[in-house]
Amino acid sequence: MQPIFEVRNLKRAFGGLAVTNDVSLSMAPGDRVALIGPNGAGKTTFVNLVTGNLRPDSGEVRIAGEPVTGVDAIGRVRRGLVRSFQVTRLFADMTPAEHVALAVLQRDGRAGRLFGNFLGMPDVMVEVQELLGKLGLKELMHRKVSEIAYGQQRLLELAVALALKPKVLLLDEPAAGVPQSDTGRIEQALADLPADLAVLMIEHDMDLVFRFAKRVIVLAAGAIIFDGSPSDVTKDPRVREAYLGSYANASHAA
Amino acid sequence: MTMTTTNDMIAASPARRRFGGGDLIGLAIILLVAVIGYFLFPNNLALLTRIIAAALLVLSLDLVTGYCGVATLGHAALFGAGAYAAGIASAHYGINDPLAMLAFGIVAGAVAGLVCGVVILRAHGLPQLVLSIALIHLFHEFANKASSWTGGSDGLSGIAPTALLGLYEFDLWGRTAYVFGVVLLAIVFLLLRLIVRSPFGMLCRGIKEDPVRIRSMGASPKIALTKMYVISGAVAGVGGALNAISTQVVGLDSLSFNMSAESLVMLVLGGTGSLFGALTGTVVFMFFEDVVSAANPFHWLTMVGALLIAVVLFAPKGLYGTAAALVARRREAK
Repeated sequence: MQPIFEVRNLKRAFGGLAVTNDVSLSMAPGDRVALIGPNGAGKTTFVNLVTGNLRPDSGEVRIAGEPVTGVDAIGRVRRGLVRSFQVTRLFADMTPAEHVALAVLQRDGRAGRLFGNFLGMPDVMVEVQELLGKLGLKELMHRKVSEIAYGQQRLLELAVALALKPKVLLLDEPAAGVPQSDTGRIEQALADLPADLAVLMIEHDMDLVFRFAKRVIVLAAGAIIFDGSPSDVTKDPRVREAYLGSYANASHAA
Repeated sequence: MTMTTTNDMIAASPARRRFGGGDLIGLAIILLVAVIGYFLFPNNLALLTRIIAAALLVLSLDLVTGYCGVATLGHAALFGAGAYAAGIASAHYGINDPLAMLAFGIVAGAVAGLVCGVVILRAHGLPQLVLSIALIHLFHEFANKASSWTGGSDGLSGIAPTALLGLYEFDLWGRTAYVFGVVLLAIVFLLLRLIVRSPFGMLCRGIKEDPVRIRSMGASPKIALTKMYVISGAVAGVGGALNAISTQVVGLDSLSFNMSAESLVMLVLGGTGSLFGALTGTVVFMFFEDVVSAANPFHWLTMVGALLIAVVLFAPKGLYGTAAALVARRREAK
């Protein structure tokens, strides 16, 4: 199967320090990949490089076979690379319905329309209600985002990303800051993601990583030191040394 | 879910019910206030027409500042461009039909909006504010220097609009100009109500809250804001043209820093991010200024300052914004 998302020999240094050092990876539609690494491993820089918010010194990024290294962040979103944020970035004065509708309209090239309201656009409303319904947010669709709980805001982040119909979804710690009682709903939402969507999840919560990912990539000091199955990651000596030591020991002891 | 069910839910949604009603109520209030003004101040219709022109400028400013979060102290450049274009069309080219003059004003305002938008949107925050101040000074100086076209500091005279629609002469009492202004304001208000509720309006509100989020949705904040600047310029151009047609003279004050700053004060006084707020702020400020300056020519500026301080301290959302928030809270309490 042709890769939907490829990173080839991506490099970026800040003042001589290689923060992303010859990183390559490839994902096929439907992949569920977790990207992990200790603090300072270069995960944020990697995300900024692939989303187009930072220019690499060398290397290439491809979406569905098309090189997008010279394409800006907006162009990459339009080509199907969508991200969610570690800290929720929603519009406090807008409703969940408005968020999803805006994403749908933007995706369809209708966000610049000067007349009409999305509430009067049946095709948009059907999609808004379906998406919010799947994520359990339908009852809140006309409430202001500032009035809904943080866990629900995280779900709305996901809804906005899905409304853009991405080919590749980058999830930056989707359960960060969510109370324990709400994480089950988020995990369910992650499990229900479209089967053909390639998902790259950056996550610290190892339990979530092991439940979600079919493949784990470990980044340390800007380089990939492991790329394999979740069952093997804890056995890898380099990973143990760089990152997972205490966790692996603990799980073995258990 | 079936389409019928969806449509039922759309029709039943509180937001939907609010929308159509708001338009009609707003229009009714504008017309009611206009009629009351006409009968209360039959000898001062020129002031009322000036208020309408200023309201168009403040509405225009609200589009970029209130709805998009752009900081500007140079918005009168758009208004002045409209005023001079309408005036020059009449005084130099003999285009005296008021609707044609209006069209010149709209186009010039939109072009000035494009120019200002392209420059101002290159920066954010304080540098953006400084750029806007620089622009209004440049526009002002340009108009001053191009005196063969603009009349320079003497002002542009020789503007002689013909009868509106070939029927209504612009009379000495300013009745035709006033009615013309009210109609223009009503049309602009309705168009802007449509625009701020449209997908584009929603996009701009999103940009105001978080442009990074908008970029991550694949939209370009800069393109959207430039488009809004052009629309804003067209609205300010309507105000400028109305001013030129009604007063039949255009002065340098129509694109001054002072006018830009006053329009921002009026917007903050009424409440940003709301068309009703922009209208309320303009009417209250200009009436207050007129009444107080007549009552006490020596200390009226002190009183205007005191009013502004009181509003900013005790009604930080502006007069309309605070009133609307109170009503909303009462409704929720019920």
